[in-house]
Amino acid sequence: MEQLLRVAVDGLSFASYLFLVSAGLTFIYGVMRILNVAHGSLYGLGAYMAAWLVLRLWPGGAPGALALPPVWSYGVLLLAALIIGLVVGPLLERVFIQRVVDRGEVIPLVLTFALFLMLEDIMKLIWGVNPLGADLPYAMLGAVSLAGVNYPVYPFLLTGVAVVAAAALWLIINRSRFGKLVIAVIADREVSRALGIDVPRIYTFAFTLGAVLAALGGAFSAPMISVVPGVSVEVIILAFAVTTIGGLGSIGGAAIGALLVGVLRAAAVHYVPELDLFVIYALMTAILLVKPRGLFGGVEVRRI
Amino acid sequence: MGVVLETVNVTRYFGAVKAADDLSVQLAEGQTVGIVGPNGSGKTTFVNLVTGYVKPARGAVRFRGRDITPLTPRQITRLGIARSFQIPQLYLRLSVLENMLLALAIREQQHWDLWRPLKLPARVEEARCLLAQFGFDTGVDQPCAALPEGGRKLLDVALSFALRPSVLLLDEPTSGVSVEDKFAVMDRLMSVVRQSAITAVFIEHDMEVVARYAERVLVFAEGRILADGGPAAVFANPAVRTHVLGEGV
Amino acid sequence: MTLEERSLAAPELAGRRLPRALGLLEASGAVRAAVAVLVVLALVAPLLPGWLLFLLTVAFAKGLVVLGVVLLLRGDLVSFGHGLFYAAGAYTVAFALRWGVPVRDAAPLVLLGTLVATVVAALVGLFIARYRGIFFGMLSTAFTMILYSLLLKLYWLTGGTDGLAARPAGILGLQPAADTLRLTQYYFVLVLTAAVTYGAYRLAASPLGYLMRAIYDNEVRVEYMGASVRQAIYRTYVISGALGGLGGALAAVAVGHVAPDLAYWTSSGEFVFVALFGGAGSVFAPLLGAVVFEFVRNYAFKLSPYTWQLLLGSVLVLVILFAPGGLWSLLERLAQRARGGKRS
Repeated sequence: MEQLLRVAVDGLSFASYLFLVSAGLTFIYGVMRILNVAHGSLYGLGAYMAAWLVLRLWPGGAPGALALPPVWSYGVLLLAALIIGLVVGPLLERVFIQRVVDRGEVIPLVLTFALFLMLEDIMKLIWGVNPLGADLPYAMLGAVSLAGVNYPVYPFLLTGVAVVAAAALWLIINRSRFGKLVIAVIADREVSRALGIDVPRIYTFAFTLGAVLAALGGAFSAPMISVVPGVSVEVIILAFAVTTIGGLGSIGGAAIGALLVGVLRAAAVHYVPELDLFVIYALMTAILLVKPRGLFGGVEVRRI
Repeated sequence: MGVVLETVNVTRYFGAVKAADDLSVQLAEGQTVGIVGPNGSGKTTFVNLVTGYVKPARGAVRFRGRDITPLTPRQITRLGIARSFQIPQLYLRLSVLENMLLALAIREQQHWDLWRPLKLPARVEEARCLLAQFGFDTGVDQPCAALPEGGRKLLDVALSFALRPSVLLLDEPTSGVSVEDKFAVMDRLMSVVRQSAITAVFIEHDMEVVARYAERVLVFAEGRILADGGPAAVFANPAVRTHVLGEGV
Repeated sequence: MTLEERSLAAPELAGRRLPRALGLLEASGAVRAAVAVLVVLALVAPLLPGWLLFLLTVAFAKGLVVLGVVLLLRGDLVSFGHGLFYAAGAYTVAFALRWGVPVRDAAPLVLLGTLVATVVAALVGLFIARYRGIFFGMLSTAFTMILYSLLLKLYWLTGGTDGLAARPAGILGLQPAADTLRLTQYYFVLVLTAAVTYGAYRLAASPLGYLMRAIYDNEVRVEYMGASVRQAIYRTYVISGALGGLGGALAAVAVGHVAPDLAYWTSSGEFVFVALFGGAGSVFAPLLGAVVFEFVRNYAFKLSPYTWQLLLGSVLVLVILFAPGGLWSLLERLAQRARGGKRS
């Protein structure tokens, strides 16, 4: 029982940050039909920005020169995500991605891969290669005892952020004017254009929204992890697995996929640790072979 | 003359539209048949059905007595039924010659050759010969994308013809071709076809073209055959005159 | 239409039997230049320093993998999982040496590695040949990550992150001394690369080679001519996998070591990178791309370890936006101009 609870809690925490990254990835794909490899970089940038800001403002865990109350560190995490998402997102989209939007699916993918490579080095140049451990927000929340075992509280906050983000995303898509336009563009790009919808602007908005989500995932993960250059590389391949399992273009699918992957991995870590990575990619392969549209029926799969 | 290709009580829906309504058509060996009818009457569906591109909800398609209904387009092509398309289906980035060479290599089932080149002298010669029959002499090394619409149509037909089919179905071979060129294209097409005694079926909107080249005319309307006979008889038919030629409406 | 693939039947060239038989008669200027460069590289080798020989050896080996990627690229299929074959070939060599297989010579081991990768491709191909576009890419990535996860975690078998040594006892019966080892490996790889590239050259001119290009343009027409698109893709995929395994086995021998990273998605990404960087217009383009890539990476890394990805990433962006035919297309344009535009 205690094992199961541990698996559930671990799985949930893993799923939460994966959802944030995958939701953005799948949303961008749904709108633009582009699989954005640089999404991993947006996560990494969010993590680095958050960690760096927290460490500057609260060096060594104590209020620094500005003497800001530590509880503001959570706001700083959000701020870091917004800075990255709202600045880097539109920048990437307008300067690079827009130029290849009409060149099929593969060219944009490789372009985003090139951007990913560039951003990897940019992160190293800005923040160096030493790990950044900004654990103040994590440490502040302490631990809670469930069924006699101590669990850190912070991952639950991460889950909360994921839930709020999911709700916000749902509201934006289903209740806002922008959301209605996005749905139109997803349904039919050409007709939308013919109807006078400014499709490029929708693309920029959608990409930025996705970028903010990825950066959120990174920023709120930062207190839990050691922020090092490898984080972007790892997260993007996991996000691919999650979006494939859930169905490309489906945000609900990203949620289910994230939960599945999270719990599966947590279970593997506890019972068969050598297979903790294997199960994820085996599931991804199985879904692609058996139900290629994913569990939640994403976009139509190109195959004969 | 034997029946080479027939549909037996074939029915096919697209949503609520009956594109083929209990259709039974028999094509005799060596006939030249024109298919006419208003848009949406099921002409292209008929071609799609007999070439395996769509499957009937009911009924069967038979080739020389053999049931070919479950076969794929590829298998049906291998049996000897070839078609050309309303919108020419070519390998646009390859040259005219290369398109034809591929058709020939595939016809001889030599397309899995890894070592011997596509451009074997004998094959190239046959390709040039065939292309010349259809009016392509110079410029066969041009990419197909550079061909005008009429040229693309002709090449599409030439490729299907090169497969040496028993039945050749042509979907609007002169549509998109300028009025001056229509008869030139059809003349060339039909002369090649007639020399080889294959069963040729062509869908056409231009009644003059049909009258001139078809021995037999099938008039389609709403998935059914409205009239079936020689061109003169069919065009004199009052129902045909109303539905298809638009007279007295 | 690529310049190298011309009719072998040009009547005015009768009397030049060997070049015609080899299919090289009407090769484009760029191809002739490439062949010449290969010959030069073979002749000057004894004069080259060890590090340069090593760099070229690894570049050729990787170039073969990239060639495999390019074969599929011609059919508009991008394999983001060639690390699977690369690692399969490499680890086969390492496993064979580790588990005391009686043969310890590099040549049969490389052959074994290639065979294993071919079998893997034959199995994976059964499934993947039905997919297109990014789903083909995703499935290929999924397979390579499965191998990665096993190589990484089953450490008692695979050596985990430490990897395994891959040091054959000799090459083709030769047991070169330490100072001539690099040179021997270099020639081994160079000759194999030349032979395989020639095979790919024939393949590109063959019906299967053209079929892949036809599939890119119009799958429906291929089926309506009576050929199976799926079969064409399957066969090309198996050949492509074999090339990946060969490259991996050769690289393992040259480097002397294998690690799970060979199967990681970034390794596959690198092959795609080089494929686009070099271009898909010729079977020599991957070699060109691989050699330039290795050089640039080597020097860029020496300059600053934190900027070589930035540099290469930027180059790829520029290639995608402004020179989609890659380096090779730029070279062809140069060769055309040099010949006064006579051959085109």
